[in-house]
Amino acid sequence: MPAMLDLLAASGPLLTAAGAVNWSAGFLATVAIFGVLALALNLQWGYTGVFNFGIVAFFMVGAYTSALLTVDPAGEFESFIGGYELPVLVGWAAAAVAGGLLALLVGLPTLRLRRDFLAIATIGIAAILRSVANSAEGFVNRARGINGIPRVFPNLVEGADYKWVLLAVTVTVLALTYLVVRAAASSPWGRVLRAIRDSEATAAAAGKDTVNFRMQSFVLGGMIMGLAGAVWAHRQGTISPDSFDDLLGTFLVWTMLMVGGSGNHLGAVLGAVVVGFFWFGTPLLQGQLPEAVSSQVFALRQLAIGFMIVAVLLIRPQGIIPEQPRVSRFAPRGPSPARPEAGD
Amino acid sequence: MDTLQLVVVGTIVGSVIGLGAMGLTLTYGILKFANFAHGDLLTLAMFLAFAVVSDLGWAGPSMPWFSFGWGMLGGVVVAVLGLAAFSLAADRLVFRPLRSRGSAVITMAIASLGLAIMIRAVIQIAWGSGPLRYTTGINRANDYFGLKVKPDQILIVALTAVVAVGLYLLLHRTRLGKAMRATADNPELAEVSGIDTERIRQATWAIGGALTAIAGVMLAVQTQLRFDAGFNLLLPMFAATILGGIGSPWGALVGGLVVGISQELSTQWIDTGFKPAVPFAILIVMLLARPRGLFGSTV
Amino acid sequence: MSPALFEAMEISAGYGGADIIHRVSLQIDAGEIVTIIGPNGAGKSTFLKAAFGLLRPSHGMTLLRGIDVTRLRPPKMVAAGVSFVPQLDNVFPSLSIRENLEMGGYLAGRHAAARADEVLAMFPELGRRPTEHAGRLSGGQRQALALGRALMLNPVLLMLDEPTAALSPLVRNDVFERLKAIRESGVAILIVEQNAREALAISDRGVVLVAGSVALEQPGVEMLANPSVGRLFLGLDDPEAVPAAIPTSNGGG
Repeated sequence: MPAMLDLLAASGPLLTAAGAVNWSAGFLATVAIFGVLALALNLQWGYTGVFNFGIVAFFMVGAYTSALLTVDPAGEFESFIGGYELPVLVGWAAAAVAGGLLALLVGLPTLRLRRDFLAIATIGIAAILRSVANSAEGFVNRARGINGIPRVFPNLVEGADYKWVLLAVTVTVLALTYLVVRAAASSPWGRVLRAIRDSEATAAAAGKDTVNFRMQSFVLGGMIMGLAGAVWAHRQGTISPDSFDDLLGTFLVWTMLMVGGSGNHLGAVLGAVVVGFFWFGTPLLQGQLPEAVSSQVFALRQLAIGFMIVAVLLIRPQGIIPEQPRVSRFAPRGPSPARPEAGD
Repeated sequence: MDTLQLVVVGTIVGSVIGLGAMGLTLTYGILKFANFAHGDLLTLAMFLAFAVVSDLGWAGPSMPWFSFGWGMLGGVVVAVLGLAAFSLAADRLVFRPLRSRGSAVITMAIASLGLAIMIRAVIQIAWGSGPLRYTTGINRANDYFGLKVKPDQILIVALTAVVAVGLYLLLHRTRLGKAMRATADNPELAEVSGIDTERIRQATWAIGGALTAIAGVMLAVQTQLRFDAGFNLLLPMFAATILGGIGSPWGALVGGLVVGISQELSTQWIDTGFKPAVPFAILIVMLLARPRGLFGSTV
Repeated sequence: MSPALFEAMEISAGYGGADIIHRVSLQIDAGEIVTIIGPNGAGKSTFLKAAFGLLRPSHGMTLLRGIDVTRLRPPKMVAAGVSFVPQLDNVFPSLSIRENLEMGGYLAGRHAAARADEVLAMFPELGRRPTEHAGRLSGGQRQALALGRALMLNPVLLMLDEPTAALSPLVRNDVFERLKAIRESGVAILIVEQNAREALAISDRGVVLVAGSVALEQPGVEMLANPSVGRLFLGLDDPEAVPAAIPTSNGGG
């Protein structure tokens, strides 16, 4: 299983309080990172209607950027660019920039296209990047990956308690992202985004350069996704092209957003928790299940996730927390016009 | 490898891509949505054939020239029927309810992605992830004027040509085929003319499923069976579909050949590891320069 | 007394929950031409679509030979002998002329091919090059093809939504002559038209629709001569002269 989609093994048996607490620290930190991804996707999709099927690409670019900038120079059997031993937070800032740049690169040719064409275009990006990472000589150390990625704030506490530092950091990043995204969305800029999503023709008629706005949202979302990747890389310590699963990773974030409530920040985070709990929690059951089933736990949870999103789309497309319809004070009372559903 | 050999390999790879893209372009053009599960449907087909040939052991006596036995015919039949049935069921349970609600194209796309994940999971449960082959036999390449080609590969190209012609005859000489083209052009006018477009969509799923099944088996014969074999072909198939023009089976075939041959020729200048970037580049160029494709689009 | 061939009773219909037409009633018999006229936004096209089943009425009934057909969708209406020619996008552009006709005769199965020959004979401008792609035809030829497609199954009732919109006067005249000829064979024809004067000239009855309700119904010749209608509507058969009301997507009502 790609490392992106699995938690580091819980230390200590889970059934003890200590084991449960240990696992929870790791779980919550992971969920926080996915929450950041979901918030970024919500900005791109829920607010602007940009259909990003290549989330993992941005995640990966951020992870590698920060890793390459902060590790020690390449050792004897390694071959990669960078290795400048820069401070971790600098790496994170660079990761955000890298994510934004990738969004710019990808968005320039594709944001003008119809939504389904954008989806088709983005679905290939992660695979391309992975294949480049695996093949290019002297670029990112190919399949061997980058090791020894430094921890953030390594000296704050002793040994095993580091996971709490990590949890605090990831939750802080999540909180900051939440505030940034919420501020952006309720700003005049955010209102234009929503107008574009709901009726591009009207927004364009009102003189808004719709492609420009979509690009801004796409880039901002890409930056956040890059940052999430960096945070994750520094937690993992080691990354390689195989740590990332293009399809499943992207799909997981989409499921989180759709289940939690698209167009809705709180929904994004809630979806990350709910779906994340399911996704990262089910491997724990492996010991408890009969042999026949337990060996297939990973495939079964994929099956369940796929089923989950289909079910959500059929039964409750607006997710757990539906978007609040925004109606003008001046609109006449009466049957409200058809709202765009979450999948519009 | 010399250029001509690359073109030959490209033609074979391109035929499989084209065959797969023909099914994709049909559903895209007539049902008006991008089916992201298409790649995994190919995978499903190849494993259904595997179930017959290997799990059930009905490989049959080996056919002359080819790497597989007569049992493969049964495998293909099962794959075709299985995929047609599965596609119809998926339409009934998932796509039709979404369609009748007026769901956006995007909703259908996400749903198809969910379906893709489910199919992969089931395949992994039933057959595991590891690479499998239909037979353990080796298909020897023959030498034709300095070019190395296996009989299997000649079959793939020939079969693709036959299927393409068959599809053309269906679409241009039969009542159903013309109604399919009409529905692709203008579904509302088709209804107004008396055509039950829901039936047409079902027929599209079934026929598309059959094409996809053949493509899936061919892919496995050409490479091997893996749970992600079909998904890896998704981007090339979309590139081929858009290159040719959505809704045009000829376009899909030509697109497939262009993608396949470009991919192979590109290895003369770039590292093999970068091959996946070629269909992507073709896709982006087409989307920017001529989104309607070479032969025009019906969406 | 036998029921009228087609009867719409108290039809209300619209889009997205808001009715555009309110309690519209109308009858038409075999061999009659009835034309609906009115200003933009009056609901003319909406009525036609509701009558044909493209739109679900929120209220009212439609009857064909006394049988309730209100809930029937278009394919069933076609099978029952009713045909509809939309104003826009009324041919299949990537199909040939002959194939377009065959689609009109889809329900006739094997017999469609022979019937297509008959219809091609009725429209010589189409018969000359039946393999031409419909997308390449001129406006007048397209209209002819659309009409031919609708005649493939020998309908008893033909509904036309603004058949002469965007056509030159000569071609318009051809269309109306054709409709007269079709009426001779006993077909009932229901037309929605902006070119009111020419349409009323061939109509047995005219119906004026204003703001979704029937304002006036008279025999065609009387309506043509009626000065109040002339003041309000006939002089405005050029849509440019209509005061700036928001045009509906069909340009009609």
